[in-house]
Amino acid sequence: MSQTLRVPLVRIAHARSGDKADWVDFGLFAWNLAGYRLIEREVTAERVRAHFAPWLPGEVDAWALPNILALKFVLRGALQGGGARNLRLDNLGKAMAGALLRLEIVVTEAELAEALEAPRVGWWGDVPPSPPGRGQG
Amino acid sequence: MIGATYPVVPIHFPTFMKSIRIGAGLGFYGDNWEPVAASIEYGHVQFIASDHLAELTLAILQKDRQRDPSLGYARDVVPMLLRLWPLMRERGVRFVCNAGGLNPMGAAQAVLAAFAAKGWQARIAVVTGDDVLPRLQDVSTPADELAHLFTGEAVSQVRERLVFGNAYLGAAPIVQALDAGADIVITGRVADAALFLGPLVHGLGWTLGGATEPQDLNRLAQGLTVGHLLECSGQGSGGNFGSQGAWKDIPDLAHIGYPIAEVWEDGTALITKAPGTGGRINFDTVRQQLLYEVHNPHAYHSPDVVLDMGGIVLHDEGHDRVRLTGARGQAPGPMLKVVAGYRDGYKAEVTWGFSWPDAWDKSQAAIATIRTQLADRRIPHDELFVEYPGLNSAHGALAPLPDAGALNAMNEIWTRLVLRTPSKAATDGFGRLFPWLALSGPAYTCGFNGLHNTSELLGIWPTLIPRVRVEPNIQVDLLGGAP
Repeated sequence: MSQTLRVPLVRIAHARSGDKADWVDFGLFAWNLAGYRLIEREVTAERVRAHFAPWLPGEVDAWALPNILALKFVLRGALQGGGARNLRLDNLGKAMAGALLRLEIVVTEAELAEALEAPRVGWWGDVPPSPPGRGQG
Repeated sequence: MIGATYPVVPIHFPTFMKSIRIGAGLGFYGDNWEPVAASIEYGHVQFIASDHLAELTLAILQKDRQRDPSLGYARDVVPMLLRLWPLMRERGVRFVCNAGGLNPMGAAQAVLAAFAAKGWQARIAVVTGDDVLPRLQDVSTPADELAHLFTGEAVSQVRERLVFGNAYLGAAPIVQALDAGADIVITGRVADAALFLGPLVHGLGWTLGGATEPQDLNRLAQGLTVGHLLECSGQGSGGNFGSQGAWKDIPDLAHIGYPIAEVWEDGTALITKAPGTGGRINFDTVRQQLLYEVHNPHAYHSPDVVLDMGGIVLHDEGHDRVRLTGARGQAPGPMLKVVAGYRDGYKAEVTWGFSWPDAWDKSQAAIATIRTQLADRRIPHDELFVEYPGLNSAHGALAPLPDAGALNAMNEIWTRLVLRTPSKAATDGFGRLFPWLALSGPAYTCGFNGLHNTSELLGIWPTLIPRVRVEPNIQVDLLGGAP
């Protein structure tokens, strides 16, 4: 049986965050179908809520978009009431996608290897595929 | 359909089907318009649509208008059009923007004046009717109308403090303006994607108002998706690509090309960019923008159509070409979204640095001194917010600080202190708490930044308003002569 590992999402996914009033929303994107199966299984609304809770306790809504290998999350009450009254330097939460990519999921070695080795779906020109975080962990 | 099944094969479109090419303008007030020039010169676009208004931009424009009633619009539209108009006129490219902000007529007059000084003529259409501040301020408005969209609170809680309130209009007045022959359309608040949907409906003859057929609604949904993919300029073509490592694979961001869409009559769209420009259009960069700030991706509301992204297929053809199909539309509801802003106190911020040795302990002692002064002088405040740029200002408690020993071994520690207060006088006095500590505080301060950095805070009031209260007031005026 393959051993299990704790892996930060940054190794198998990419993400963007943005603001709407006091809510921050996140798109989380696997690089390939193998990675998507892992994030769909592991990254539930409850996991995201628990991940942010020590910093920004708020309800989380989640949607799955298998058609684009993505998950969508909304974290409520994340901006001190909204960007124009938020005292943080990152008042619009644009850096918060990076915080989501810190979330650790549990996968088997074989699952991780598959997600890292399957090619990226997108066209990346002449550069060789470089799934993020290959050298990490 | 699952991504791994996408074949990378060229797609040939039937040549008898009409298409329109539209390019992204700015993504916010202050964006760079040189990539827009590249789209006009090398991207074969027929329209540019430019989004100057983020959620909070109207607050900035309101301050301008208070100083000078002729202002209140995004002033970058004037130098932008002085740069782009000669390129557009030569090629017959038409321009749609929401730079009018709180004063679309003022923006149009400023552009016409700048054009007149150059001896240029243009037909400019002005769209107004989005301002709903009077309705928000009207005490006779029923209590359940205009409640906070998220919390349900009644608008009476903030009524006295409102500074602006605008409904998001749809594409209809933009279509009307283009049908009337406008070269340039200047609006106030409209749904960002409507800036793009307007030219598509105009050029492709799609049914807009009252559409009920699935085919009509799905085409509008495709058009809305195109607008959403293009409205944030470089974010749709490889800019701000959140990732580890992969962002380095995006070429030449210094010369990024903003996204361009070619849209066919049936709604099929190709997302691309001008040849020779930097950035990247691919499955990854396009889908990061697709989900940006949409909340429920199965019901993305706009005044013109409700979009379900669940069936969208992004077919990566390679070489900066992504084909978009599968957006599904439903008829929009009877309400329009409104974003209002209200005065919500003030902030003052100072950033203060200390160097090794003991930089961390010294910063803690310094913060304690500031708290003592706030108490001694009875300076009214709601909170003193503290963060450490370079350590935890981006990820808060999710970026755990090293232990005190490691922190004290660091070369320097910067502390950002922000006072939140209902009192303007308190913010003005906050910066004066610091300078004397250069001589009388802990040693080796690296300096202060922002001693006079104070500003007013604004709360955002998102709400809904019945269409029937807004749409009868929408007006399209045509100014200027034939070019």
